[in-house]
Amino acid sequence: MLLSSVISGQRVTVSAILHSSLKPKLMEMGLVVGKEIEVLFKAPFGDPIAIDVQGYVLALRLDEARLIEVQKLATDHK
Amino acid sequence: MKIALLGNPNTGKSSVFNMLTGLKQHVGNFPGVTVDKKFGDLHVGNASHLLVDFPGTYSIYPRSKDEQVVYDVLSNPTHLDFPDAVIIVVDASNLERNLFLFSQIYDLGIPSILVLNMTDLAKQRGKSIDLEGLQAKFPKATIVETTARIGLGKQRLLQAIERLFIEIEGNAQNIVTSNLCAIEDDTCREAEATRRFAEIKELLATVEKTEPKQEVGTTSRVDRILVHPVYGYFLFALVLLVIFQFIYSFAALPMDFIDGAFSNLSSWFNGILPPGLFSDLVSQGIIPGIGGVVIFVPQIALLFFFIALLEESGYLARVVFIMDRLMRPLGLNGKSVVPLISSVACAIPGVMAARTISDWKERMITILVSPLMSCSARIPVYTVLIALVIPNERIFGFIHLQGLVLFGLYSLGLVAALLISLLLKTLIRSSDKGFLLLELPSYKAPRWGNVGLTVWEKVKVFVLSAGKIILAISIILWALATFGPSDKMTKASNLAREKALSENLDKESMDRLIAAAKLENSYIGRMGKTIEPMLLPLGYDWKIGISLITSFAAREVFVGSLATIYAVQEEADGNRSLIERMRAETKADGTPLYSLASGVSLMIFYVFAMQCMATMAVVKRETKSWKWPLIQLGFMGILAYLGAFTTYFILS
Repeated sequence: MLLSSVISGQRVTVSAILHSSLKPKLMEMGLVVGKEIEVLFKAPFGDPIAIDVQGYVLALRLDEARLIEVQKLATDHK
Repeated sequence: MKIALLGNPNTGKSSVFNMLTGLKQHVGNFPGVTVDKKFGDLHVGNASHLLVDFPGTYSIYPRSKDEQVVYDVLSNPTHLDFPDAVIIVVDASNLERNLFLFSQIYDLGIPSILVLNMTDLAKQRGKSIDLEGLQAKFPKATIVETTARIGLGKQRLLQAIERLFIEIEGNAQNIVTSNLCAIEDDTCREAEATRRFAEIKELLATVEKTEPKQEVGTTSRVDRILVHPVYGYFLFALVLLVIFQFIYSFAALPMDFIDGAFSNLSSWFNGILPPGLFSDLVSQGIIPGIGGVVIFVPQIALLFFFIALLEESGYLARVVFIMDRLMRPLGLNGKSVVPLISSVACAIPGVMAARTISDWKERMITILVSPLMSCSARIPVYTVLIALVIPNERIFGFIHLQGLVLFGLYSLGLVAALLISLLLKTLIRSSDKGFLLLELPSYKAPRWGNVGLTVWEKVKVFVLSAGKIILAISIILWALATFGPSDKMTKASNLAREKALSENLDKESMDRLIAAAKLENSYIGRMGKTIEPMLLPLGYDWKIGISLITSFAAREVFVGSLATIYAVQEEADGNRSLIERMRAETKADGTPLYSLASGVSLMIFYVFAMQCMATMAVVKRETKSWKWPLIQLGFMGILAYLGAFTTYFILS
């Protein structure tokens, strides 16, 4: 599934970054395959979203989140 | 030697810079780009070094034009700014992302110092770092621990710089290897990111230990309120209200003082210099010109004080976060909020603040529409005109009509700014799609030193860059208002003198009458008369035309020019005599010149028109070309003319 459809509080791992001109930028911000992230909260209207990239909080628009394919972690973290 | 200071944003890089250089810092430009280059002298031992602060970046590869300078300099050893050594500031509480940039630069082979900053925060988060392990991975780097926010570790860092300097002196030549990807080579960059993060992950597994003490995210809890759909916007509105209250109440006093001081200075020079052209140039051209620049300093300083405070505390990033979705359909960015708000005080700091917007198109639109927000220089114009043509009445018994009109003018500016953005969004072409990748830093107490230095720097940039142009145009306008076809001017002033003598006027009134006659026959007066046919459809005469031309320097000049033309004393409070004089002014057919229609038409003109060369100068500086300020002048002028025309047509 895509990061854009992950609900707040859900922990996921990055499984792929879709091809786009933003791909290298996203990766250089630490969003690489295997990275564990958590959707922390969303702005009003659900966009942009804030995610925890282990160590810092990154805000990105849903358009950017749609480029990030993620998998749910087996053990959900509340 | 030249030392470059690099690091991620929000790592305390500027604290390190301030700690090392203190007040001995300067702002310049990197060649060919709009990025400010901050540099400072650094004396260590017997040697003096130049420390250059680079923009904070997450990677050596740029995300925006501003960040490009890092790549341009570091990828080119023959570049003028190519450093002999680098200091890379790293947030110790967030090593993974920070080491990415560090490892990129380390691999270039430039002698480097790794500053592990924010070590206190790392400890708070239960993180401990094995320095020896880190050193083993990066054997050629010097590692220094600091907490620059409170000035801790300065001596250690200075010693490290001294040692590095001696080492470099001893070495014949450092071999700089460039194994960077081309910026456009996505595949190469993606492979590099994957490789580096894998290496860093492996390294941190052995070097960094996190105690399993469950961090209670205060930042996160505060965030749930600050980005709340209701409280979030409410709080933001409240913050704005407080800031503007402070700006208007605190800036008024120093502004009055500056105003008074400069007019005293003018009369003083007028008194000590022998009467003549030079005295006039100094007392009517140069000093008021400089005064026109300095008068804005209190507002700019206060505004940047508050913005720096919000930025330092981490709140500003949250404002961007909640505003982004609202601004985006208009072709703007969440980050456009700051420039637009700033422009209510003055468009100059507003345009400067647009620099943080990484997307070129969103930044351009922000810069282009910012001057449509009603700035404080419009207030004197609005006040005089409202007092003149809007009745001092209440509607429904409690709404003050004059206040309502003022509110309407401000709203009109905002609405125009937003609608024009929408239009520009479709007109400006850009291959890049706007994006937002914004770090939400954890909340911190502001560092007052940093806040103070930011304010100092912004004011300096404003005074030096905008000031030069304002001064130059003030002098040109003075010359145009002083000189004219000489026979006509002498004849007119003689006529005025005779008239004054025959009417037994006192010296002051006579001087004012002569000044009015001279202005009428000067080059500017002739320009006013030349453009009169264009102004008639708006309901203006050539006298207003003159004031429109002179107030191109700055809007508030409008009031002073009218006072000169009508030969009345300009007053600090209310301008009662000017308003009475204007009320008595009639057109050829005997109807009042300043009717509701022409008065409102003038107000509308001032809402839209780009009557501010200082802003144009800053836009030129920020966009590095006259193209954009000229486009801005054009579309705002058309808007002003059409708006004023329609208003006059409907109301008359």
